[in-house]
Amino acid sequence: MKPYSVLVVDDEEEFVTTLVERLQLRAIDAEGATRGAEALEMLQKKEFDIILLDVKMPGIGGLEVIRRIKAAHPKTEVILLTGHSSEEAIEEGKNAGALEYLMKPVDIEDLIRLFKRASGD
Amino acid sequence: MPGPSATKPPIREAAALEGIAAAPSLLSKTRYRRLWRTIVISTSAVALIPLIIMTFLSYHQYKKAFRLESINPVNDLTSSTQHSLEFFISERRSALMMIINDKSFEELSNEDNLAGILDNLSMAFGGFVDLGLIDSEGNQLSYVGPYDLGGRNYSDQGWFHEVRLRDVHVSEVFMGYRNFPHFVIAVKHKMGARGFYVLRATIDSEMLTRRISHAVLDPSSDAFLINKQGILQSPSRFYGDVFEKCPVRLPLYATSLKVVEEEDENGRPIVLGYAPVEQSPFILLLIKRPGELRGNWFSLRTELFGFLVISSLLILLVVFLGATYLSNRVRDADIKRADIFHKMEYTNKLAAIGRLGAGVAHEINNPLAIINEKAGLMKDFVSLDEGFPRRERFLDLIEAILKSVERCSVITHRLLGFAKHMDVQTEPIHLEILLKEVLGFLEKEAVHRDLKVSIDVREDLPAIESDRGQLQQVFLNVVNNAFAAVDDGGEIDIHIYRPRKGYEAVSVTDNGHGISKEIQEHIFEPFFTTKKGYGTGLGLSITYGIVEKLGGQISVESEVGKGTTFTVMLPIKREEQ
Repeated sequence: MKPYSVLVVDDEEEFVTTLVERLQLRAIDAEGATRGAEALEMLQKKEFDIILLDVKMPGIGGLEVIRRIKAAHPKTEVILLTGHSSEEAIEEGKNAGALEYLMKPVDIEDLIRLFKRASGD
Repeated sequence: MPGPSATKPPIREAAALEGIAAAPSLLSKTRYRRLWRTIVISTSAVALIPLIIMTFLSYHQYKKAFRLESINPVNDLTSSTQHSLEFFISERRSALMMIINDKSFEELSNEDNLAGILDNLSMAFGGFVDLGLIDSEGNQLSYVGPYDLGGRNYSDQGWFHEVRLRDVHVSEVFMGYRNFPHFVIAVKHKMGARGFYVLRATIDSEMLTRRISHAVLDPSSDAFLINKQGILQSPSRFYGDVFEKCPVRLPLYATSLKVVEEEDENGRPIVLGYAPVEQSPFILLLIKRPGELRGNWFSLRTELFGFLVISSLLILLVVFLGATYLSNRVRDADIKRADIFHKMEYTNKLAAIGRLGAGVAHEINNPLAIINEKAGLMKDFVSLDEGFPRRERFLDLIEAILKSVERCSVITHRLLGFAKHMDVQTEPIHLEILLKEVLGFLEKEAVHRDLKVSIDVREDLPAIESDRGQLQQVFLNVVNNAFAAVDDGGEIDIHIYRPRKGYEAVSVTDNGHGISKEIQEHIFEPFFTTKKGYGTGLGLSITYGIVEKLGGQISVESEVGKGTTFTVMLPIKREEQ
């Protein structure tokens, strides 16, 4: 198994901290951010293999974040995770380069399987 | 196995039922019966009343015409005969007046002179039988004629008193001493202060009879004279000879010519001409039996009323059929309208749920995700810690939380499903292939539960234009429901056929528990579920919404204990809405 790093970006802090903790419990290199700007800052300091990104966030929205990430780090895989879905949003997300579009809540085992696929394992 | 005819749209039925429940006057049978009755009564009245009025008007017109037709000839004939008789009598009376004024008492007393006068009279006028001169005492002073009547005294006779008072007298017909029917004309001449003498002539009444007989041309008519007592004064074809009583009822108070329609003593209709002959005791009667004319009238009357009856029946028939057709059409239109309203309401409901659902789902999903992660973390901790007190109990509790979260997420995902599939992407789809794909998803369950699933395609059906993803969702839902309805080892039959031109249909029949009528009515309504605990009540209403959007129809038919058939009917070509 190839080690990979994950950045969870969501404006719900409770969600971010808990999910990060669970991933860390499974020996995954995971960190969290609650704002798009914060995530972009963190990306400047460290390369993440996978970014789990909420679409609807205050400040810089998920779709804007994904475009900037893809521009700066084309190898980074982005998975959109959101409570809201519409055909248009899914389409837009995929066009912006998202690997997958997931609906909250999500099972952690499913998530890890997806991470493994994303990291090329 | 349900054919296309067995597939009935439950929405339509439900709409009709709801309509009855909501507004009893809208679709109730009495409303259409009342409509039918109103149409029948008003149309019949408008059509029949003028017809009946026209028929009765023409009936009376014809009747009047026929009446005149039978009365006028009798009137003319009676009048001319009356004048002829009046002329006959007045001619002879004038002749006698002329003689009595012209000749002196002495000349008239001379029987030779009198014989010469009788000869002249007979020659000039005819009908004179004898001639006599009577003095104021009633003694016949002179007489010429075929009978030996000289020296008779008439002072006790009625006609003598009459002539003494009135100067002129025309008698009724009588037999007298002469033994043949005759009548008398007597004229008076004054002489001095109180004296007078009378010239009296006997006229053979055969002369009258001959004049009357000119009026009687056909065997159905009769003409004769009577006196004021109704005694025949001339022979009658119908009522016997002179002096017999005439049974014909006479018009009362008739002092001039009159023609009336009467009935004879046998009750047969007659036209009666009645005319008193002036300055005589005679009344002329002319009787005509209507005969042929009356026959014509009867047949015309029959035709007239036959026409009325037949045309009335025809009108009523057309009115009945028309009213029935019309009220049925109105009823159909009302049902259709109620159906459309129902569908619109349904579509609006679905759209509203879609909007609400999407909003709610989003707001719920975020906290749900937090619960999911928190509980998940708890589970992680507990399962990693072998020595955790009551570890199993905790794991069970956490699992229950996670299950509930999952249930919630199923609901929110479904709600979002309403907002989804707004766009329809069409591509050619073979329903058989699509159904096989759908069954592929469920293969494991079918094998596991030993379900017999069959697909039957009756004919070579073309591909339809529709949305693949959405149809998959529809049939996945329908087939899933069928799976849920049957026990292990149950049967599910899928038929693909052409229900009518331009449509293809898929019916999914199971031999499961069946659905009661009450439930069938609500089965497509959002949040209606019979699956206690784990159903969202959204599956079939989403399915309904998709099928509608694809231009199709979904219907259910079921019998409790026997099974259920869901039929999805789809248009071959999708029309843009």
